[in-house]
Amino acid sequence: MRDRPAGRHTAAGRPPALLIALACLGLALFVVPFIGLLGRVPWSELPGLLTSPTATDALRLSIVSSLAATAIALVLGVPLAWLLARIEFPGRALVRGIVTLPLVLPPVVGGAVLLFALGRRGMVGGPLYRATGLLLPFSTAGVVLATTFVAMPFLVITVEGALRNMDRRYEGAAASLGAGRWTVMRRVTLPMVAPSLVAGMVLTWARAFGEFGATITFAGNLQGRTQTLPLAVYVALESDRDTAVAISLLMVAVSLAVLVSLRDWWGRST
Amino acid sequence: MRVLGLIAATALLLAACGDPGATPALSSSTTALASGLDGELLVSAAASLTDAFADIETAFEHANPGVDVVLNLGGSSSLREQIIEGAPADVFASANMANMDDVRTAGEVATEPRVFAANLLQIAVPAGNPGGVTGLEDFGRGDLLIGLCAEGVPCGDFAREALRKAGVDPAVDTNEPDVRALLTKIEIGELDAGITYVTDVVTSGGAVEGIEIPAEQNVTADYPIAVLANAPNPVVAETFVAFVLSAEGQAILEQYGFASP
Repeated sequence: MRDRPAGRHTAAGRPPALLIALACLGLALFVVPFIGLLGRVPWSELPGLLTSPTATDALRLSIVSSLAATAIALVLGVPLAWLLARIEFPGRALVRGIVTLPLVLPPVVGGAVLLFALGRRGMVGGPLYRATGLLLPFSTAGVVLATTFVAMPFLVITVEGALRNMDRRYEGAAASLGAGRWTVMRRVTLPMVAPSLVAGMVLTWARAFGEFGATITFAGNLQGRTQTLPLAVYVALESDRDTAVAISLLMVAVSLAVLVSLRDWWGRST
Repeated sequence: MRVLGLIAATALLLAACGDPGATPALSSSTTALASGLDGELLVSAAASLTDAFADIETAFEHANPGVDVVLNLGGSSSLREQIIEGAPADVFASANMANMDDVRTAGEVATEPRVFAANLLQIAVPAGNPGGVTGLEDFGRGDLLIGLCAEGVPCGDFAREALRKAGVDPAVDTNEPDVRALLTKIEIGELDAGITYVTDVVTSGGAVEGIEIPAEQNVTADYPIAVLANAPNPVVAETFVAFVLSAEGQAILEQYGFASP
């Protein structure tokens, strides 16, 4: 491909052909597999496959658990981000490392770690089970816990970055005008980091929605109780490829719809 | 895939031809099996054969110093896909008949598949059997945490067949994607019972206890083996299959809990 010698572009504004070519190659990496998926979809049987109890149960569980994980991440993750961004304490770097560990670890390891700690024989889970009879593995609560563990770091690091980079003079000004700490937090700090907060929540939800390894390792796999969409796809690949493809398509559609619509929304607010 | 497989096969062939250590002249073995056998032998074997086939590899290479056995271990269904897509292999040892039948239907076997081992099901419980499990009847108890392999996975289908024979409707808490995952959850005591193969219990080294399933309820998984149609090294492949079926090969398999066919 050759650039036109003259045109609307100035030398500085002309997009370099190599850059565009590489960008297209990068794009192809994401697009081609999904075209491959579309080629495998059994279109005529799709309505039946998507309304099967396997698919509807898994969709319901995925929506419930990913939203619950996002809500928990919001309630616990924002204070944690604030702590990491604003409070000097010994070992802060270590704490930050621990918080972001689930981003790096294979999710299966995360699930195993949760099982060792919170399982029926776990260090925390054991006493909890004997005292209350509460059993987290193989339960929907276990799915929420596993997905929160894996997804919450996205919210924490996004919000922490925003809190550290924001101009703190606004908070100072509000405080000097007589605003209490909570008022400053509510009226100044949170609105200023809102775009990052939304971005962090979307990332957290997306990660939770697609979570597989920690969930199957910690919570197991049972239709209607712990089988989310990714688990249903994985198990169906062994026995029923059409169902696996149909559920994959459903996941792609839901994820894409959420990411595109929210991206527009938070893109505008930044 | 086919093209990639061909390239890989060619590369392997070249590598085998160019390997100075694999010349028959260097072979000092005096057994009848060893005469003139050399080169690399690619064996695609089911993951459940990992330990047993490692020993068989050692014994076979000892008897045939010119031969280098390379084990390609994996789930039988993924090995089946590899073979049908043209990946090079000399021998296929499957954990069930269905995958071998698919390979045969695709015209990829050179010799009639032969059953070389059988695996029976056993109930696996954590050490100490905290749930007090005595038989398949206990799989209907709601107070126990019960795991099975998922449907579609061989161990899951076999387990359901055994439960059907026993007339038990299991109160399942999790359908694990493979037998290894199921076994782990039993080992650490998060499940009270599951159904695995005898060999899994044997190789767990005491981390789980096995409870026999009576013959009339049990299901036998037959392991077939065959030389493949596009085997780069067919003569050695046939010798290897004969070795697995020989008394020596069978004795090794027995050590790991396999039954003779």
